[in-house]
Formats: sequence, structure tokens, C-alpha cells
Amino acid sequence: MNSAAGWCRRCFNPVSGQDRACPTCGSRRLVRHAEASTLSIAHIDCDAFYAAIEKRDNPSLEDQPVIIGGGRRGVVSTACYVARLYGVKSAMPMFKALKLCPDAVVLRPRMNVYASEGRRIREMMQDVTPAVEPLSIDEAFLDLTGTQRLHGAAPALTLIKLQSRVREEVGVTVSVGLSFNKFLAKTASDLDKPDGFALIGEAEARAFLSPRPVGSVYGVGPVFAKKLEREGLKTLSDVIKAGEHAMIKRHGETGQRLWRLAQGIDTRPVNPERERKSVSAETTFDTDISNLDELENRLWPLCVKVADRMKDSTIAGRVVTLKLKTADFRTLTRRRTLPDSAQLADTLFRHAREMLAREKPGQRYRLIGAGYSELEPAHGDAGDLLDPNASRRAAAERAMDAARQKFGSAAVQKGRMLKRDP
Amino acid sequence: MKLTIERAVLLKALGHVQSVVERRNTIPILSNVLIQASGDHARLTATDLDMEIVEEAPARVERDGQATAPAHTLYEIARKLPDGADVTLELGGDDPRVFLSAGRSKFHLPSLPPGDFPVMPTEDLAVSFSLPAEDLARLIDKTRFAVSTEETRYYLNGIHMHPAERDGRKVLRAVATDGHRLALAEADQPGGASEMPAVIIPRKPIGELRRLLEDLDDDIEMSVSEGKIRFRLGAAVLTSKLIDGTFPDYERVIPRGNDKIMRVDRAPFAQAVDRVATISQEKSRSVKLSLSDSNLVLAVNNPESGTASEELSADYSSEELSIGFNARYLLDVAGQIVGDEAIFEFADSASPTRVTDSGDPNAEYVLMPLRV
Repeated sequence: MNSAAGWCRRCFNPVSGQDRACPTCGSRRLVRHAEASTLSIAHIDCDAFYAAIEKRDNPSLEDQPVIIGGGRRGVVSTACYVARLYGVKSAMPMFKALKLCPDAVVLRPRMNVYASEGRRIREMMQDVTPAVEPLSIDEAFLDLTGTQRLHGAAPALTLIKLQSRVREEVGVTVSVGLSFNKFLAKTASDLDKPDGFALIGEAEARAFLSPRPVGSVYGVGPVFAKKLEREGLKTLSDVIKAGEHAMIKRHGETGQRLWRLAQGIDTRPVNPERERKSVSAETTFDTDISNLDELENRLWPLCVKVADRMKDSTIAGRVVTLKLKTADFRTLTRRRTLPDSAQLADTLFRHAREMLAREKPGQRYRLIGAGYSELEPAHGDAGDLLDPNASRRAAAERAMDAARQKFGSAAVQKGRMLKRDP
Repeated sequence: MKLTIERAVLLKALGHVQSVVERRNTIPILSNVLIQASGDHARLTATDLDMEIVEEAPARVERDGQATAPAHTLYEIARKLPDGADVTLELGGDDPRVFLSAGRSKFHLPSLPPGDFPVMPTEDLAVSFSLPAEDLARLIDKTRFAVSTEETRYYLNGIHMHPAERDGRKVLRAVATDGHRLALAEADQPGGASEMPAVIIPRKPIGELRRLLEDLDDDIEMSVSEGKIRFRLGAAVLTSKLIDGTFPDYERVIPRGNDKIMRVDRAPFAQAVDRVATISQEKSRSVKLSLSDSNLVLAVNNPESGTASEELSADYSSEELSIGFNARYLLDVAGQIVGDEAIFEFADSASPTRVTDSGDPNAEYVLMPLRV
């Protein structure tokens, strides 16, 4: 076999290094790489997943720009590839997106549909390897090491088949990145979107990474990237040149991690049982809110949502976090460690509200969120000697939960729940 | 400054003061101990700005003066010097460093100007009285486990101490709570203590105080003002700021009328709680107590690591009751009981439970149940 041999993505037949098209079916979509038969860590990412599902379910949207997002003021969750041509990006405020692309069809997300389709895709991934580490509903790492015998095919070919199966059975496309560690696999999946298949081998990893900007590393946000640039670290080769010692000295653990990633070193295993670290919910307002009462009214349903999920999985958290985004897009997070872990909406709300009350009065916000983290199995509600009502409120919440379980989620609600925007 | 001091004396004095010094300091001089030599003694001072400990130790002073040196380093050196060594400490001349010599060991240690060393203003602490070291140690031991570490309720981050009256007897009372449990202990009220304002002594000086009390069986002198407290314990003086806050009205949360009484042998109870709690590894472990006629069943049910139960005989004759507690809290309380029996007074499965000690009428505890 030639050193850069591979397979045809349409008919799965082998191709050699010289073939410009598949000798069997004539397709030009080939996966060829010198290390194609050995690389085994993959990152699979659905292409514009929410939008793709909407287009699948409503073919008349096929060629139109479609944006999935919430409300007049929300942010873009997903923009389809047509909308992206106009410059629309995910996490962009909706008004900005609509300015760029006034003809876009804006759809409210149907999360339950996306979640169930995401699960189907995940099950297909689990058919090829048990080592699937989901990152979100439409994205996962897969470790296919040692599956060659099982499938009678190299990991790359197994993935080509998986990719084609998802397209046929679910009706959406995914992009695959294949490499020898998670960082490079994730980097690779982004190279050939949509419906892509990209490989990064050990031989070329360093040369490939060197010229890339520091901001291209997952986890290096725009603020950190700017900071690095101010230090003269624009590309990953600058980071390597700075040396491990200097990077640790300046940026601690993060610096060391970046220095290692810059040369393609990433030893994190694909962990199928990665624990959930936090449970949270947030909402972006249609218009900025500064009124404390109003903010609290928005906060409460989020706390209920978080608590419901906590109760469903019988977990409790020791840390309460409040997240706020100001009208000028500054994100503030406030956290507080509880003396005992908790899972109630009431507990979350009370702490989040206290932290909210400490913020600058009159500040206008565009987003509020709340959540629990430092999770552990739930073990019962701790009463508070100094707040005798705490037990009573806990009992009331439990009683309401029982009623909701029996008669549906709208059966009993706190009055505060009704004070939302119409 | 130049002085010579016996290694054991220096080690003891440094041992008393050095733990006040935080391991990490943003203000460099706070890492140092202030050494002042005059007459026939050396005076060592360490502070973290919220509390200070000063200790005087006999020394041969050749040249009066003062110096500062890194507290932890100095302590480590003193610790490693051979017993019986004479230690000379010197600062002077052109060398800005402190010179330490003992036998053939020589050290030069960086020094900072003694004038920069922050000393707590010596204000008048209006109320002053003396009490047996043993009483103070007891008040601390019986309550400190319940001190809260929760920052938001900072006024719970210490032991609340104030003069009180119980059944016509004048007492000095110590109380601590974190909202989940409460501990209260009392000692005979020392003469002169009735004028003392109610104070909240922070966690750190409580720890230091307890250590200093280890080596002591005399009376100690306690002086109090609204904002500060001072303890004179032998050669050491500990001064601390107080927590500026109002301790909650704790009397309200101590249930006095609970009528379901359980008497249980302390040691078997504590061991059984400890055993069944093994099943759950989490920090907050809940144990269910099921009570019926003369019978107590302790049970832990953890969906991941299994179940455990243990039956104990207990003196109980009220109606059946099931109540859950945090195992750690139960163990903490059981650890304070000195008598043979722990006496639990329950109301119901959701209300605070009072616990008393058959061997110590001067202490009581309250536990908030977990809803399980």
C-alpha cells in the first residue's frame, strides 16, 4: 500500500496515494493520510446541528438562511451554513445577526427534538466504541484504539462508515477529526466543515500547529488571547519558544497546558464517564433589566429548572453560582460555598438573590443565570437552626414536587412563577 | 541588639508566637517576628494584624535593641539546634541581617526594620478578671467544633462568650453554631466578669488560645473591651480583635420542651454511628435513627455504596420516631459527652433535637435533623 493510502468516503473501497478519484465509484471524496490506518482518537461534531434538524424537518428551508435562537433579544444558538455566509455566528446577539442577515428565518429551539436526535447519534457512536465522551448533545470524543479487529477495519474506515450512517439514518451531517489525542482531534474536526473528515498525524502535528494563532486553542478565549498577544505570544510557535518554565511562571497551570498543547501534547484520556460538573440555567432578556424585583422574577424559574434537574438525578451541590451579563456585555459570576450540599430551588434562589442584591444598584443586565456545582449524591435537606422557616419552605417545595409529579408540571407553582414576561 | 538565650526557652517562646504568622503574606513584615531585648529578657511578638501574641523569655542581654527575622525560619532553626545549646541573636553594625549563632552553627537571616513592625495599639480594656485555665479550655473544647466557616454569616465564625445566669447561678457562657448544630457550655462566673460585654472571639485566636492553654494550669487573666480581647497566660499575652457583629438570639433555637427522651450509652452509640456511616463516603453523610420501645436502629442507605444498619438498646418509651442526622454532627456531639450516657430530647423528625450529657450539666447541644 502506498504511504498516503486511504478509503473512498462514498463506497468505502481502498484508494491508493496516486488516485485522484476513487477507482471503484469515481468519487473524489477520499480520506487519505500517511497515518490513516493508525490514528484512533476522534472528535465528531454535528454541523450546525439545530439548524440541520430544522431543515431536515422542513425541506422548504433548505436554501434559506436559518437561525435558531431565543426571542427578540436572545442570542444565536445555531446559524445554518447559509446564514453563516452573511457573517452570522453562534452566541451572537440576535439583533446583530438580523442586521447582517435580515432575511433569516428565525426559529425557536426545539430542545427536546435536538436532544432525542443527539441521543440517536450518540448511540450510533457507542455502536463503534464504548469509549465515547460526550461534550454536548451534538459533539463527542471517541477512542477507537483496539477496535480494528472488532470491525475488521481501521478506525478511520469505521468512522467513515459511521459518518455515512448518521447522514442516512438521521439526515444530518457530521464532521470528523481524527488524530492521536483529544486536542488535535478537536482541532481537526474544525478543518473541513461541514461534512468533513480531517486527519492530523504525529509526523505533522508540530508543523501544523506552529503557525496557528493562540486563540485557535480550545480554552483560550479572546481575553486570554489578547493578554498573550500583549506578551508577544501570537502564534503557538511563540508559545513553544517562550519555554515551559516561562509559561508556567506567567500563567500557571494554564500556561503549562498551553505550552504542551502548542506542540501537540495532550495526555487526557477519552473518558466516557466524565462526571457532570455543574447544573445551571440562564436566560437572556428581551430588553435589559435593572429592576431588582424583575431580575428576581426571572431568576426564580431558572432556579426551579435547575432544581428539577438536580432532583431528577438525585444530586446536590455545594456551590451556588450566579451569572450576570451587563448591558455592555461584561460577564459577572458570583459564587458561594454552602455549608451543606443542597438541591432545592428555594436554596438556590435565596443565595443567588443575596448575591444579586450585593451588585451595583441600577446596573442594567441582559442575562441572568444560576446553578449548582461541586456536585455529590443528594442526602436530604439540611435544616437551619437560625432560619426556622427553611425547613418549612423545603417541605413546601417537596410537597409541590409531589403534586407536579402526579398532575403535571403546571399543577402547582409558586406565585412568583406567574410574574414572568407575557 | 545582642542577646543570648537558651535554645529550649527560645523554642518554646517561638513555638507560642510563630503559628500566628501566616504561611503566605502579602505584607512582608508580617512573616517576621519582632525581637526586643532589654533588661534580662527577650520579648517576641508575632501578628497577623487581627491578633498578636507577645511572649517574654529570660535572656542575657548584652546590648539592648530590637530586630525582626522570618518567624518560620527562626523556629525551624531553633527546632533543629541541639538541646542545651545557647543561641546568640545579634543585629548591628553595617550588616542589615540578623546574625544567629549557636555552637558552630551560624546563620545570617534577612531582617526588616523593627520600626515597621505593626504593633496593636495598647488600649485600655475596661473589664478585667481572672479565671482558671481549665475552665477556659473546657468552654473552648465543648463549643469550637460547632463554629461556622461560612463567610456569609461571619458573625458565626467564632465563639460567642458572655456572662449569663442559669437557675440563679452566675455563669460565663460560651456558644457556637453553624446553623446545623449548636453547642453551649458554661463555667462558674469569675468575679468581675458580670460587666463583660457579649463578644464573638474569632476562630483563629481560639485555636491559638487553646494551644497556649496546653502548657498551663494557673489562672489566666482575661480583659475585654467592645472591640478587643486579651488573655494573659503565664509569659504570653494574646490580644485579638473581636468579630464585629451580633450573634443571633440562640436561646430561641434551643428546644426546652421536647418530650421524647432517649438515653443511650455514649461509647457504643458513637461507635455504631461511625460504623454505619462507613457506607457513604460523602462529606455530609446522613444516618437515620429509628426509635421504638427501648430500641434504636441506626441505618444508612446509599444508592451507590450499599446499606448498613445496626441495632442498639436505648432507654426510650415514647411513640415510634424516625429522624435523620448528619453522621459527622452526631459524632462531634458524641465526642464531647463525658458521662456514660447521651440524652437526646426529640420533638419530631423535622424539629431541632436537644442533646445533653449525663456527666456534665454545664453543657448542651442542639442538632438540626436532615430531611431524609
